[in-house]
Parts: sequence; structure tokens; C-alpha cells
Amino acid sequence: MSIKDEMGRKEHFRKAVWETPFHPRIAALNTLNEWHRWKDYTTADAFFDEQLEYAAIRNACAVFDLTPMTKHLITGPDALAFLNRLVTRDVAKIKLGKVGYTIWCDDNGQVIDDGTIFHLREGVYRLCSQERQLDWLTRNAFGFDVTIDEETHDVAGLALQGPTSCAVLKAIGCAGVQNLKPFEIGFYPFSGTELTVSRTGFTGDLGYELWIDPTHALELWDALFDKGKIHGIRPMGTHALEVARIEAGFLAAQVDFHPADQAIMTDRSRSPFELDLGRLVDFGKPCFNGRRALLEEKKKGSRYRFVKLDVEGNKPARSAYIYDKDKNVVGTVTSAEWSPSAKRNIAYASLHMPWGRPGDELWAEIYYQRELKWYKVMARCHVVETPFWDPPRKRTTPAADF
Amino acid sequence: MTDRDRIVIVGAGHNGLVCAATLARAGREVVVLEAAAQVGGAAATREFTKGFRVSGCSHLSYLLDASIASDLKLASHGLKWARSGLRTVALALAGDHLVINGGKLESGTLSEGDRTGLAAYHARMLRFARVVAKQHNRRPPRLGGGGRSNLMGAAMLGLDIRLLGRDDMREFLRIAGINIYDVLEEIFESPLLKGALALDAVLGANLGPRSNNSVLSLLHRLSGQAAGGAGPAIPEGGMGAISEAMAAAARAAGATIRISSPVKRILLDGDRVAGVELEGGEKIAAGTVVSNADPARTLLGLLGARNLETGFVHRIRHFRSKGMAAKLHVALDALPAFARLPSELAGERLVIAPDMVYLEHAFDAAKYGHCSPDPALEISIPSVHDRTLAPSGKHVLSAVVLYAPFDERASSDAARRELQERALGVLERHAPGLRRQIVASELLLPADLEREYRITGGHWHHGELALDQFMMLRPVPGAAQYAMPVGGLFLCGAGCHPGGGVMGCAGRNAANAVLATERAA
Repeated sequence: MSIKDEMGRKEHFRKAVWETPFHPRIAALNTLNEWHRWKDYTTADAFFDEQLEYAAIRNACAVFDLTPMTKHLITGPDALAFLNRLVTRDVAKIKLGKVGYTIWCDDNGQVIDDGTIFHLREGVYRLCSQERQLDWLTRNAFGFDVTIDEETHDVAGLALQGPTSCAVLKAIGCAGVQNLKPFEIGFYPFSGTELTVSRTGFTGDLGYELWIDPTHALELWDALFDKGKIHGIRPMGTHALEVARIEAGFLAAQVDFHPADQAIMTDRSRSPFELDLGRLVDFGKPCFNGRRALLEEKKKGSRYRFVKLDVEGNKPARSAYIYDKDKNVVGTVTSAEWSPSAKRNIAYASLHMPWGRPGDELWAEIYYQRELKWYKVMARCHVVETPFWDPPRKRTTPAADF
Repeated sequence: MTDRDRIVIVGAGHNGLVCAATLARAGREVVVLEAAAQVGGAAATREFTKGFRVSGCSHLSYLLDASIASDLKLASHGLKWARSGLRTVALALAGDHLVINGGKLESGTLSEGDRTGLAAYHARMLRFARVVAKQHNRRPPRLGGGGRSNLMGAAMLGLDIRLLGRDDMREFLRIAGINIYDVLEEIFESPLLKGALALDAVLGANLGPRSNNSVLSLLHRLSGQAAGGAGPAIPEGGMGAISEAMAAAARAAGATIRISSPVKRILLDGDRVAGVELEGGEKIAAGTVVSNADPARTLLGLLGARNLETGFVHRIRHFRSKGMAAKLHVALDALPAFARLPSELAGERLVIAPDMVYLEHAFDAAKYGHCSPDPALEISIPSVHDRTLAPSGKHVLSAVVLYAPFDERASSDAARRELQERALGVLERHAPGLRRQIVASELLLPADLEREYRITGGHWHHGELALDQFMMLRPVPGAAQYAMPVGGLFLCGAGCHPGGGVMGCAGRNAANAVLATERAA
């Protein structure tokens, strides 16, 4: 079922839950039959075994359907000026053929969402985000000569992540793809259409994201799994990706921060500095949303600090309170997993200032169950300043085959 | 002095002129740039046909702040009053007119209850309006933090309300946000009296008598009188004479006023203003720009939305500023004779609003984008008191016509002609033979007022005076203390606290905000 009627009007409201163009293949491979809704699309939690799917990300390659990710195409003479007022970083520095990670704020300097800007062609940008943004983007467009097309359903997307991902792409005909640098975009002929490949991902590993016209989606899937068999390709669900995401150091909206436009209580949202994303704020730009408030925060100090924690023991500190040495609550864990690759018990936490300095004595209160009996441990936490997983192959260009 | 020390004021409306005079008296280098060929903005006198002059937009002075008039020595700069303390005459078709002077009925038929009710109502409304008046010369407190002076400001407002006493405070809090229809229905019987009193509450506003906020709109109108003013007054030479005196005061203090100098845009250097560029291309450097233009014209037009943050732009775009009143100007070859009205009363403030339902029906049409089939009128014939406005023996009539919505459907030439006909028809009903006395006439719709006076939406208060656009929420939260989010940019017009009416307080408060910002820097 197309999302547009014959007049080109969006018909998304006619169906509560949509399937992505890859759904026939995904449904066939989803032996566990485990699904959840990601925005308005049905999405696989796991296909056969989430730990093996995770293992594929780190040791071979795994495919994730990211079509439901919100995508907007931004064009027009003011596209760059529009984006520069919207986001905190300087978009002029995202050169043609490059991708940049960014965040955007409201007037109070509180983060609405994070995402990536693809500089696809001269003056043509794609903004990918976790949350729906059409309302905010439309509001931002006042006073700019810019066109915003919601194209979530019009662009099929797959993430191909893992050490053998480059080899698979070469095998399906993306000649020279190994020369793409991190955050670079390439265009390749594929089955009579154009396949857009960006060396980006949510796993912190060597990996790519593939973008294609939905009518060619199944051909792409089939080609990947056909040529990729020898390279150990597997489908992966959101559970496996979640572990890789936290190892890699990426944030998730609704998990690690509450989008400011959805926050009712003023202390529920976070500024870029409070998410350890100050590097994405460029005060050299004379006007962007949140600039004044963020300058003020720079002067007065932030309320919170976002930290990566190495938690002692092996029990994931999910939703744990964090205490100081005097047993005062100083914050909470937002994401936590056992990291199979780092062999560490890892977590993100949002802490009240001034806690979270390297060397601070912090404790996580962790509850876990064994045969319906609850246990509690107080685990010592250590602030970590680098990603838990950061292999050289993520950056090495040309990318190796493995 | 350097360019950074120069202060440019965009627009020589009365607030811009008061602001200029205040800053010039404080020793600042001030340049006022006015687009029109005369000063005054909407407080201007207009020759609409040869030999006949009239106050083109605002036509009665209710609210001019006494301390501003004395500080700026407006009298010595030429301001003379042709008449003050005008009575209100509620015209009745049958001829049993009510002549009201404040809370007193001077002639006409009212029940005993209505007579005593009128006195009590007037006195109480003046007490309530005094609470509003006390805020005129204060900077509104900032909502949600901002230090001790803001807390003090909020506390002062609370104290002013508390000092009304227990009964008045309860009544104030009960009615301040509601509608005039319910309030008048509680007190009065006479439909004619209620119609005339209700008109005061809806004049110029996007409100019918049954609309909430109409009591607040009335308190705003009465606040000039509550502060000790004599009630509606007519300056000699029309409302433009007030502006001319203010301009003379500003010039005497050292300000430069340039007419026919429309500003094209506000120039920026990074996140601060750097001056302005005129339509002709001339650039004038300045470290501070104070705009007397309305909020939308200043921020979305002259500055540009892209130089402001999105949430703020969204709020400014939705500042309600659609005008609802038209102006009718009639040149007459003799004083019109209103049925059974003694001719010595023809120069008073005449109102045609026979009852509140008449007003509400007039508003109903406007709500849906059409001019009222039977408009209500506030009429002044200033030439009775001021012989400079019309040739000898002839007269000029000025009327506010309710309602004329700022709406495409009601802004065509045909719509203008039709409303003019209807308004003249209403006049003719009350003053048979008036039509034969007409030398010339014109009607200005809100769209015309927008064009003529460069006010977005043609709203003479720059924006609705309603609780959500009042005091610390005017024009929008976060910008109610005259300073705009861009460094060095201020607003000083009716779009700021305390709002419209030829008052001058917004101009002086803005000047004080400029000086306070200098001190803090």
C-alpha cells in the first residue's frame, strides 16, 4: 500500500501501523516473531538470537532496517541558512558529500532531538532524526525560502554494520566503496537505479547506511544476503543494535534525554552541555535556536552532567539510582548493558552537578531477580571519558575486507 | 561620541517622540527616522479634503500621561486643549438621549436604580482602573525568575490589588477577565445606557460585549481618567498637535527628527544591532535601535525572522493584531442637526449603540470576516471646539465605526464603499438631512490604516489588549521589558506595556529601559 494517493497526498493516517518495503523478507527471517512499533512502523526486536545478531555486528556484518527513521529533504536557496538557524553546529562545515551529526534546541537551549544532516548535492540536504520533526521544521521555515519534504516513506534505508560490510558492498557492485571515509557519501548504480551509501552507523564499527528507492528495496536486500552469505551476513533487530549503540557512545532520544518539545516539567529536558555534546555548539554563528540561553548557561553553569560509567560486577545497572559516598542520590542511569566486546559492565548516567568528575566516588544501586527473588547490589562506578568500543577499523580508509 | 553611542529611533509616533525626548534629555545622541512626511504616526492630523482637517486615526485624547505632559513641557511647546472632559451622549432614535458626565446623568430618562447604579459603577470602575493606571509607568516584572526587582514588581502589582480593600479586591478579581455584557446586565435596566457603556469596552478591540477581556479593555480606556485626567479631550489642531508638541520637546532636548526617511532594515553586527538602512540605501550606524513600529513590523519585517530564535518568532507571529475599527471622516457645510439634540451638545462625544445586542450583532458579522450591516459609532465633531479644522461656518465629523475586520473579504473597494454607505446611513437616521450637508467623506478600513500608518493589521493598539497580551505578556512573554532578544534592539510602541492610546508611557518606559541597560553594561 502506497503512503500517497494518486494526487500525491499523504495517506499515512489510513493505516495505524505500516510495514517497510523490506517487510516481506524481514517477516520471513523473523523466526522469533518478535515485533514492536517504531514510530508508525512494525520493527523486529530480534530475528533468531539477539546475542548472535550482536556477534554478527562485531565479527561479520548485520543488516538493520532503518526505514522508519524520520527523514526530511531540505532544499531551496535558503536551505543552508535554515539549517544553520535550526541546529547548534555550523552546517557550512558539512561539505558536499559529507554527513554531520548534530542536535537542535528550543529557544531555552534544551535539546529537542539529535540526528544527522546529509549534504547530498549542492544545496540539497537530508535531515534524519529520531523523532517526528515536521511541525518544528515548518515552524522554523518562516522567513526562509526553503522547501521541506517529509520523505520517511519515500526512501528505504538499511544499515549494514560490521567488519565485513565493505566486502559485501563491493560484492554487490559498489566499486571503490572502500575509499569512502567516515561520514562520506557515495552514489553507485544498482539495478537500474542509484544506491546512496554513507559510511555512517549507530554501532561504532566499520559500517554503512544504504538508501534506495523503495521499489528497489527487495532487490537490494536479496543482493546483500546473496553476496553476503560468504561474509557471514545476518539480519539484526533493535535489541542487538541497542547493545552496540551504548558501546559506541551514542545517545537515544526518549531514553537518554527527554525531547524538550515533549517535556512538561522544566527540569526534565537537557541542554547540549548537559548531554556532553558541547562540541556540537558553535557560538561563532550569530543566531541559532537556543544560542542566548546556552551562552547564559556557559556563564552560570549547567545543572546536570552526562557521563559514561564503568560499573563493577556484571549486573547491568538499568534504571539505577546513583549515589555519592554519603549515600545521597546524585542522579540516575539512562542506559545500561553488559558489553560483550569491552567485557565491561557499562552505563550512561545523568548526574546533578558537580558530580561525575573523573575520580568521583559513585555507587549504583542495582536490583536483579533470581527465580522471582529480588537481590540488590551496590556497585562502585567509575567515570569513563572515551567510548567503550572504538576499533581502528571504524576509521581506517580504505576499509579492509576482513 | 562614537557610532556605538548613537541611538536611532524608528518611527516618530507619539511614543517614539517621547522616547526620543527622554533619551535626548538624558544627554544621548538621538536620531528619529520617520517614514511619513509628518510626525505623529497614528496621532496625526490629516487634511482629507481641501480645507478640512481631522485626526486621522486616534481622535480623542483619553490617556495622555500627565507627568509626561509636564516633564516635556508640552504646553510651552504649543499644546493647547480645545476642550476637555467631554460628556457622552447616547443617541436614541426616538430622541430621548442620555447625557452622561462621568457617573452622573445630566439629562434623559433613567430609573432611580440605574441612576444610583451608574454613579456606583463609574466610581468602582475608576478605582479598578487606578490599579491599571499605577502600572503605566512601571516596567512589567519578568515571569519566571530574573532577580529581586522582578519579584518586587510582581509584589507591587499584588499590593495594588490588595489595597483595593476586601470587597473591591474580590470584585476586581471576579470581573477583570470577564465580559462587559454580564457586568452591565447585573447592574442596569436601560438598554440605551448599557449599549453606550458597553461601547467603551469594545471600541477598537476584537471584542463584542459578550467577549471576555472586554472589562479589561474598558479599564485600560478609563485608566487615564483614573490617574487624574479630565476624560476625553480634544487638542487644538487635532491629535497631531500632541505629536507636534512632543516633537518640539524632543528637538529642544537635542534630538534630530528626520521625516520622509523610511527605514528598510535593521543592520546587525553578529548578534547586536549596528544601525539601520533607509529605503534610499543610506546607512546610519547606531549601537541602539529603538523601534516605535509594531512588534511584527519591527521583528519580522525590519529585523527578519532568520535573525531571531524560532519560538520567539512563532510567538510574535501570533501576537493578535488584527484591527476591528474603521474611521469615517465627513466634511460638512453646516453643523448637523441630531434629532432632538440641543445644538450645544453636538460637540460632545456622541455614541450610537442603542443596546448591547445591537453591538453583539454588529460584532457577529465581523467575527466571520464581514463589516457590520448596522455599525455602531463613536462620533466627534471637533470643529465645534476648534475653528482651525474647517473653513468658517463649516464642520468636520470624525467617527470610529464598529466593526470592520482586518480581513481580505472586508478590504475591497466595494467593501469600503458599502461600509461607508452604511455608516452614513446610520448617521442620517439620527441626524436627518446630514447627507445633504456632506462636502466630502472618506472611510479608512483597517487595511487602509495599515497602509497609511504602517501598523500591521491596522490595529490602533498595535495588538489586542487582552489578559494574554497584557503587562508582562505584552507583546509576548520574554520580551515584555522593552529589550528584544537581539542586543541593542528595543521596542517602544503601543505593542509594549502599557499598550495603546495616546499615552506616551511605553515610549518613556522604553527610554528608561535603554538607560538601565547602559548602566548594567
